[in-house]
This record gives sequence, structure tokens and C-alpha cells, in this order.
Amino acid sequence: MSKLMKIFTGDSFILSLVAIIMGLILGALVMLIGGYDPFEAYSALITRVYGDSYNFGEAIREMTPLIMTGLAFAFAARTGLFNIGGEGQFLIGMTAASIVGIHVQGLPVYIHAPLAVIAGAVFGGLWAAIAGYLKAARGVNEVISCIMLNWIGLYLSNMIINNFALLEGENRSVNIQPTASIAIGWLSEMMGNARVHWGTVIALLAAVFFYIFMWKTKQGYELRAVGFNQDASKYAGMNVNRNVVKAMFISGAFAGLGGAFTVLGVFGYQSVMASSPGTGFDGIAVALIGMNNPFGIILGSILFGTLTYGSAGMSFSADVPPEIVRIVIGAIIFFIAAQGIVRWVLKPFYAKRKKEKVL
Amino acid sequence: MDVLTIIGQLINTTLVFATALIFTSLGGIFSEKSGVTNLGLEGLMVFGAFAAGVVGHYAQDAGMDAFSAATMGLLAAIVMGTIVSLIHALASITFKADQVISGIVINFLAAGSTLYMVKLLFEGAGETELIAGYSRIAIPYLSEIPLLGDAIFNAYPTTYLAIILVFVSFYVLYKTPFGLRLRSVGEHPSAADTVGIKVNRMRYIGVMLSGALAGIGGATITLTTTGTFSHNTISGQGYIAIAAMIFGKWNPIGAFGAAVFFGLAQAVRNYVQLFAWTQSIPPEVIYMLPYVLTIIVLVAAVGRSSAPSALGQPYDPSKR
Repeated sequence: MSKLMKIFTGDSFILSLVAIIMGLILGALVMLIGGYDPFEAYSALITRVYGDSYNFGEAIREMTPLIMTGLAFAFAARTGLFNIGGEGQFLIGMTAASIVGIHVQGLPVYIHAPLAVIAGAVFGGLWAAIAGYLKAARGVNEVISCIMLNWIGLYLSNMIINNFALLEGENRSVNIQPTASIAIGWLSEMMGNARVHWGTVIALLAAVFFYIFMWKTKQGYELRAVGFNQDASKYAGMNVNRNVVKAMFISGAFAGLGGAFTVLGVFGYQSVMASSPGTGFDGIAVALIGMNNPFGIILGSILFGTLTYGSAGMSFSADVPPEIVRIVIGAIIFFIAAQGIVRWVLKPFYAKRKKEKVL
Repeated sequence: MDVLTIIGQLINTTLVFATALIFTSLGGIFSEKSGVTNLGLEGLMVFGAFAAGVVGHYAQDAGMDAFSAATMGLLAAIVMGTIVSLIHALASITFKADQVISGIVINFLAAGSTLYMVKLLFEGAGETELIAGYSRIAIPYLSEIPLLGDAIFNAYPTTYLAIILVFVSFYVLYKTPFGLRLRSVGEHPSAADTVGIKVNRMRYIGVMLSGALAGIGGATITLTTTGTFSHNTISGQGYIAIAAMIFGKWNPIGAFGAAVFFGLAQAVRNYVQLFAWTQSIPPEVIYMLPYVLTIIVLVAAVGRSSAPSALGQPYDPSKR
């Protein structure tokens, strides 16, 4: 419990909080300049998300994949890798889950649904492991290979859906078997048919897994060591290349799970997409807001999901363009990244605190 | 259509698509040669495309002819890109923020703020009003060469500008004292500092040049391809430009070659359906081909990257 308290009073938490407040203030200023009422807008945003159970459930649906892509980015970042390929891993995981969900038949729900979820994780992981392997074996910068794999993943997913699962005359796949669904029927009914699903529970467990694996196991220690200093790790007898591939696999598995949830829990089918959904990139923002800490990422996804889902309500009742929340999110990440600015703003407060200690 | 005409048109379309990538990857080179990673090229392109669409529209409304209005838009994009790149410079150079993250910030801000402003300026519409933009200019005599004339010498003015800038950039980077200084702060900032080069000032210049060039890159798309600015005017070209820069080993000529390659890959899509034997290939295979090829080339030829040594590291004089 004291550890938990430490998180909330620690330096980085306060810096994040101030950065968030500064971002919201900046958003308010932009709204004022545009001739909108920021108080009305922000309260419309909050009312939309937390006003009734349906919208609350839908907001949770919005947050869930963000936790997964956020964890994906953070896991790689903790091991010194920059996984910008969450987008592609998300799509490949989604496609794998769709195919298993559609074409595997005659299984009971307690085997079929987990199988589809695991397929998403494995294929998302393998997709990321390609970038890891290319880096380990050939020294190809993972940023560029991930950018390429994002595009390849988009077109490959479309090709698979078009050729193996297309619903005639529609731009989407046929529905998954009911046994592959991970929707929570009774809860959904209670919340006015909001699309809540077990994926949210798995996402929270994934954050716990992230923490335990990274900080409490030998393998996690090795991954972090490789992230800190490759030469020292090699000298200590660790296999750097294998760790790079392993880190990317686990990272991609997180993102792939996010994609699987979207098909199995939310839509029940997969659309043929003209462009990437953007969940992978949003996950980077979530991870940055959460300071690459698994529990910070849960908080970050709550913030991100609230802002994006609430923005629709904001434009509906306060007539503010919903794009304003992208500015707010951008500003928040800016202030978190450029901590020097926040420290500079906080300076007078810190000076005061020190004085009190002296007395 | 006979094959020669098709090849001619293919080259022409290739150059149209490649132009924006050439500008932007040149911008990336200036920033990264000075030691600052710039993942914000996508966002800077968005800002450039936005400025070109808005200013081009107002200039045209004010009675300017299409060429002058488009040029006003292009200049506005340069100013816009430069100003926005200062956010990246301020965060990553002065406040020593993670350069990758501050680049991503630019992308987030771009997506939100440009559409927000478009909605303010155009009464809630999701895109700027259509403008005429640039039209193709045929170079006298050269454009009359069979095949090649139509393919290369009948292009948009931005394409000519891009090709000229490739050589200008090469000259500036490798043949002038300024270029040497810029590269030295990217390779070994503390050594550069000891001989009296202002490291952070050079890096600011590098980032601002990248903003200006990426701005032109974005403007190119508004002014020659779409005619309007909307949420999907720029969709991933900034990232492709980064790929072109790395592909071209941070060399303007190399990046030019890579940009043309990616342009060709985009152009090929339009011609795939023309032949019977290509119709049996799923279109997605054609779409993903350039990206697969890039990976193969990176694996086979480039291998260990030749990035500037100090890329991504903020300069801290107390740590040398």
C-alpha cells in the first residue's frame, strides 16, 4: 500500500498531473480564441462519458484497445526498442482472431473464444518479431521496418478478408461464430447494449502481467538490461539478439490482443479498411502519458479514452469541433516530454517546499 | 494505348507522387544530419498542406491568378512549417526532451489543430475550398523529345523545384562550410563545440530547414494533386519520406532515388488494371509491394545503418 502511495506522490506522477492540467488549460485557451466556451465544452465532455451507463460502457470499449497498444509500446520502450508498429500488429492480431473466429467451427465457447484471442496475440507477436529479427540479425532500424510492416499489415489484412471471409456485396467479413464472441451479454444488457467485453478484464490482467514479468522475473531483468546497455548485457553473458526478438514478440502480442478484442468483443466482424485505424499510434500517446508504466498506462488510457469518446458529446452539445481533443492530447504529451517546461512552471512551488523543510 | 505511351505516363505520374517525398526527405536529412531525429515530418507536411490550402484559397479569392495564388500558398507553407518545427526544436534541443516523442507531438498537434482551424475558417466544413493550384509547365524544346519529353519535361513547377533542391542540398551539405558545421554537430557535437561551432544554434537551423522543406512537401500535395486540404490529404507520406531518407543513407541524391522509387510504387497502382496478366494479381499485393521491397533492400544492401553518430542525443556541454 505504501508503494501505491509512492506512485501518487512521486515526482513523475506530479509532473504528469501538472502536464495534464497545462494541456487542458491550453485546450481551453484554443477554444476561447475560436469563440467557444471551454467550461461548457469540458462539462459536455464529462457528461457524455460519465452521464449514463450506455455511454460509460462504450467509453470503456474505447479505452480497452488503447491499454493494449499502450502496453505494447511501453514494453518495447522498456527494453530499448521503439515499436512504432503497433498499428500493423493490431491489424494482424485482429485478422488472425477473425479467421479463427469465422472458420473454426464446432468448438464449445470456452475453447473457441480463448483460441481466437490467443491467435490474435500470437500473430500480433509474430508480426512484431519480424521487426525484432531484422534488427537482431541484420541491424535494420526497427522504426523503419515497423513503418513498412504497418503498411504491409494493412494490405495483407484486407487481402485475407477479401479472399477468405468476405460477406458477399459488403465491404466487410462475415460474422464470427457466436462461440468465438467475448462479449459480456448480461452486463451489456444492463448497460443499454453498450459493447462491453471480457477484453477489458484481460487488458487489466495484461498490465499486471507486464509489471510482474518486467520487474519480478529473471527474463524481465534481462530484457531491461539489454535496453539499458547492450554491450554490458553481452559481457554479462546475455543473448542480446534473442532478447530483442523476444521483447518485440511480447510487445506485438499486446497489440495483437487489442485487435482481437475489437473483432471478438465489439464488432463481431472485420471491415476492409482504406487506412489504418490509428489505435496503434494512439497507444504511443497513452504510453507516453503513462510514462511507460503499466498502471500509468491504465490511467493514461482512461484519460485518452475519456477525451476522445467525450469529444463527440462536446461537438454535439457545445458545438466545439471534436478535433480540439487532439490538440489537448498533443499538448499533454509535449509537456510530459519536455519536463523542463513543467519544472520551470513548478519552480516557485518547489522552492517554497524546500524552505518549509529548512524551518 | 501502346506500351511506350503508358511508360511515359507512368514516369510522369511517378514524378508527381515523388515530388512531395523528395522535399520532405530532404527536410529530414537537414534535421537528422544536425543530430535531431524528426519523426514529426508527417505533421509538418500536414501543416504545410493546410497552409497552402487556406492561403491559396484566400489569394485566389482576392483575384490572383492560379499560379500566383498557388505560390502564395507555397510560401505560406514554408512559413508555417518553419514556425511549427520550432516547437520540436524548443522541446528537443532547448529542453532536451526525447526527440522521437517531441516529433510525435507534432503529428498529434497537426491532426487536431489544422482540422480545428479549417472548421473555424470554413464554417464547419471538413475541408478547404477547391483551388486551381499549379498546372503543368512544358519546358520549351525539351518537352518535344519523344517519350522523354512528355514523361519528364512536362511537369508541375514543384517537381522542377524539387529536383533543383536535391542538388542544392547536396552542394550545401557537402561543399560549403555551413554544411560541414551542420554535419559536425550531428556526428560529434562536443568536438564541434570546442572549435567554436554553436551546436544548438546549428541544430535549430537544421530543424527549421526540415520544417520549411516538409511544409513545401505537404503544400505540393494540396497544390498539385488534391486542390483541397482535408483530414486525409496527408496520409502517411511523412513516414514514407522518413523511409526514403534512411533508404537513401541520409544523402540527398540517395533520398531522391528512394523517393522516386516510392513514387513509382504509388503510380504503378493506377496502371495495374490495364493489362490482362496483371488483373489476376490481387490488388493488395501490388499495394504492399513497395514496402516489402524496401525491407528486402534494407536487409540485403543497407545492413548496418549509416545514421549520424549523435542522432537522437540532446547536446549537454557538461557531459563531454
